Amino acid sequence: MTTQTVNQHDAHAHDEHEHHDAGAMKVFGFWVYLMSDLVIFGSLFATYAVLMKGTAGGPSGADIFELPLILVSTFLLLFSSFTYGMAVLAMHADRVAQVKGWLVITFLLGAGFIGLEIYEFHHLIAEGFGPDRSAFLSSFFTLVGTHGLHVTFGLIWMLVMIVQLFTKGLNDKTRPRIMCLSLFWHFLDIVWICVFTFVYLMGVL
Amino acid sequence: MSDAHASHDGGNHGSVKSYVIGLILSLVLTIIPFWMVMSGGFSNMAVVVTISIMAIFQVLVQLIMFMHLDFKTEEGWNAGSFIFTALILVILVGGSLWIMQNLHANMMLGG
Repeated sequence: MTTQTVNQHDAHAHDEHEHHDAGAMKVFGFWVYLMSDLVIFGSLFATYAVLMKGTAGGPSGADIFELPLILVSTFLLLFSSFTYGMAVLAMHADRVAQVKGWLVITFLLGAGFIGLEIYEFHHLIAEGFGPDRSAFLSSFFTLVGTHGLHVTFGLIWMLVMIVQLFTKGLNDKTRPRIMCLSLFWHFLDIVWICVFTFVYLMGVL
Repeated sequence: MSDAHASHDGGNHGSVKSYVIGLILSLVLTIIPFWMVMSGGFSNMAVVVTISIMAIFQVLVQLIMFMHLDFKTEEGWNAGSFIFTALILVILVGGSLWIMQNLHANMMLGG
């Protein structure tokens, strides 16, 4: 009898452990993906740094970058990172309505960021300063566009998570997904810090 | 049960306080570089050095305050893989610039 109880206890502890590991392993695996994504961005930054002087008689960064617009974009992304953090805290407190609310706010801030980026790109292309104009502009559009594409996919993922919170609620499947998206979203904010510092701010010097 | 849930991602999750501190530090480390460049009263060298250091600090602030990177989560594998990636980035970006600068100097390209 005693042995049986002990065994059952062991089995239970083992289950809990496995259970814990499944979610944690997903988040860790996603972290490793982010590290490889970081290498992609690193190579795009290196490409930009090498080609930034190659303006081929076209405009340089100082001619085309609008810093007030970039400052607003930066604030939007920074605040969205913060509001996603609030969503994660609400998730750990099991307040599903608050999680939905913070995710919607984060989505709107992120959509505002993408809206400004589309405006900037459209404006540049309309003036004839598209990615085909010079090596500088090719590498600029590739670097900033890749970041924008990541943010766009993050927004789609966020919409899916909001829908899943309505249909499934918070459970063992949705929680790790919200944690992975959290890492993804903060990661994009970190890449943006490097973009606004090394591309935009240093570009206008 | 809620304990089991709380440990799903195997790390610490911070608090409202740590997120607010992270946000304020990030705002300061964003506004100063923009102000330095937009006001235009500083030498280029001073601006480049200052805003580079501030970018590195802001990345660290967000890694620690928002992403909760530490050496305890997953027995340090998170932080370990990050440090390895940072090393790759230094070789990749630094190496590319070094090689291309040498090439540029040796080939005496105009511009």
